[in-house]
Amino acid sequence: MACIEARGLCKTFGTTVALDRLDLRVEEGRIVGLIGPNGAGKSTALNAMLGLTAYEGELRVLGRDPWTERDRLMGDVCFIADVAVLPRWITVAQLLDYVAGVHPRFDRARAESFLAKTTIHRARKVRELSKGMVTQLHLSVVMAIDARLLVLDEPTLGLDILFRKQFYDSLLNDYFDRDRTIVVATHQVEEVEHVLTDVLFIDRGHIVFSRSMEQIESRFVELNARPDQAAAARAFHPMHERQALGRSVMLFEGVDRGRLAAFGDVRTPSIADLFVAVVGGRQQGGAQ
Amino acid sequence: MNASATHDPPAGPVGTRPEAPMARRFYWAVVREIWENRWLYLVPAGVGVLIVIATAINVMHMAPRLHMPPLDPAMRHEDVESPFIFASLLLMFSTMVVAVFYSVDALYGERRDRSVLFWKSMPVSDTTTVLAKLSIPLLVLPLVTFGVTFVVQLFMLAFGLMSAGSGLWSHLGLMQLWWEEFFHMVAFHGIWWAPFWGWFLLASAWSKRAPLLTAVLPPLVIGFSEKIAFGTSHFASWLTFRFVGGMEGPPPPYPMARGMLMQKSPLQFFTDIHLWTGFVMCAVCAALAIYLRRQRGAA
Repeated sequence: MACIEARGLCKTFGTTVALDRLDLRVEEGRIVGLIGPNGAGKSTALNAMLGLTAYEGELRVLGRDPWTERDRLMGDVCFIADVAVLPRWITVAQLLDYVAGVHPRFDRARAESFLAKTTIHRARKVRELSKGMVTQLHLSVVMAIDARLLVLDEPTLGLDILFRKQFYDSLLNDYFDRDRTIVVATHQVEEVEHVLTDVLFIDRGHIVFSRSMEQIESRFVELNARPDQAAAARAFHPMHERQALGRSVMLFEGVDRGRLAAFGDVRTPSIADLFVAVVGGRQQGGAQ
Repeated sequence: MNASATHDPPAGPVGTRPEAPMARRFYWAVVREIWENRWLYLVPAGVGVLIVIATAINVMHMAPRLHMPPLDPAMRHEDVESPFIFASLLLMFSTMVVAVFYSVDALYGERRDRSVLFWKSMPVSDTTTVLAKLSIPLLVLPLVTFGVTFVVQLFMLAFGLMSAGSGLWSHLGLMQLWWEEFFHMVAFHGIWWAPFWGWFLLASAWSKRAPLLTAVLPPLVIGFSEKIAFGTSHFASWLTFRFVGGMEGPPPPYPMARGMLMQKSPLQFFTDIHLWTGFVMCAVCAALAIYLRRQRGAA
């Protein structure tokens, strides 16, 4: 059974189309990056999956309809919307008491052990904590919930690079296992690249690209072509080309790496390069 | 475009997960309201402390007068009892103000600070949350008011006994007074005003800014419009009835202030059709508030 399955998902805000017949399938045990420019529909798609917004079309999350069964779904799903949603008046101890009270899958001892690694004191209120500490606190609570799906929407927004790295390291080392699924939406591609198993690009309410990291590694090649070989390389129909330090950098899909190596240096493209090629190309096409 | 992140064999079907019992979720939903809004008990407690201090000072001044032999037993009874009733009225007024401010902010505040996204990430339904919020003015605050009143009046009694001697007790029907206060606070301030509490919560769920104005302006506009257009004040009369009508009954056998507490017996109160129509109004408002909380998210 798919963890998330959407068919023809639509959502409009007035005349703005946020989701435009979006189709999506995420299997369990994956770490999926939902990557898109601002306003592409990332948060709307996640909100629909979490039962926070009404939608048209079909959507099942862990076999449930999120809009009609949000409270039951939240027994199996955790989410961190962004760093600022923990109530500012609550103390750390009250937060643990509350979650332990309402969430049957919360392991308080586990949360306490995560918190013991931080400098967060139980008597402190959220408003007295720094932005990084609030994220640590939220993550400690979420990681102590034995959920099947964790949804993160720009979870490290506004944090410094040390906290951001720590955040994803904790998630991988202390939380993720093959039974759990993580969906993380962000436009900061570089910081999630190393943790993902799958990548989805979203643009103007559509999923425009969907591959596993293995597929990206095996199918996509970036060529930094020698100036005299650029024209020959173009014969292989690069999906995108840009100029860097006076040389042509081309991106190819499904072209043998060995053949391209004859024209210059080859490597696996970063997610950011792929994103620019796929989404940037679409946006230029749209503008024209 | 069909996107798929499918690379592993599908896991087994979704198993049923245990849920915290509804009563437990409701309990914690109420607890978090009390944590968040500490003034729900701090305001009545503060007013109570002030009353106790004022009474202590007053008793010291009044002591010689209380030792005088009673000339008119009826006058003396009222004279001794009235500070107790005044204390309870003062506490009731303070918690009524607290209840209004709580109710209009209850669903608006969590959207304003976006904490609603955290609350909605917990397995607690919108219905449970809204009902827990409704229970604060409907039940919790009347009980808090009575609890504080009871303690304050115990202090007043102690001061009175110290200064006026045990004769004071015979002039006070305290057990009867406590019952009447309890009934008045729970029945009128909580249950009879249910439509008001429901309306305030609805305004709180609906309002995009200034929920107090959202709650107060529509009735004012309706009332004034009716007056200007038709020269009548049916709406204002109806609103007044909804505010004080639950207390109206046959002339009380008690002195004025005391009589206000309990003009109707519990039987008369609970068989009043207007109480039940008020409940229906409250239920409609609460249902709309639940619908709006679900629709609005943190928008």
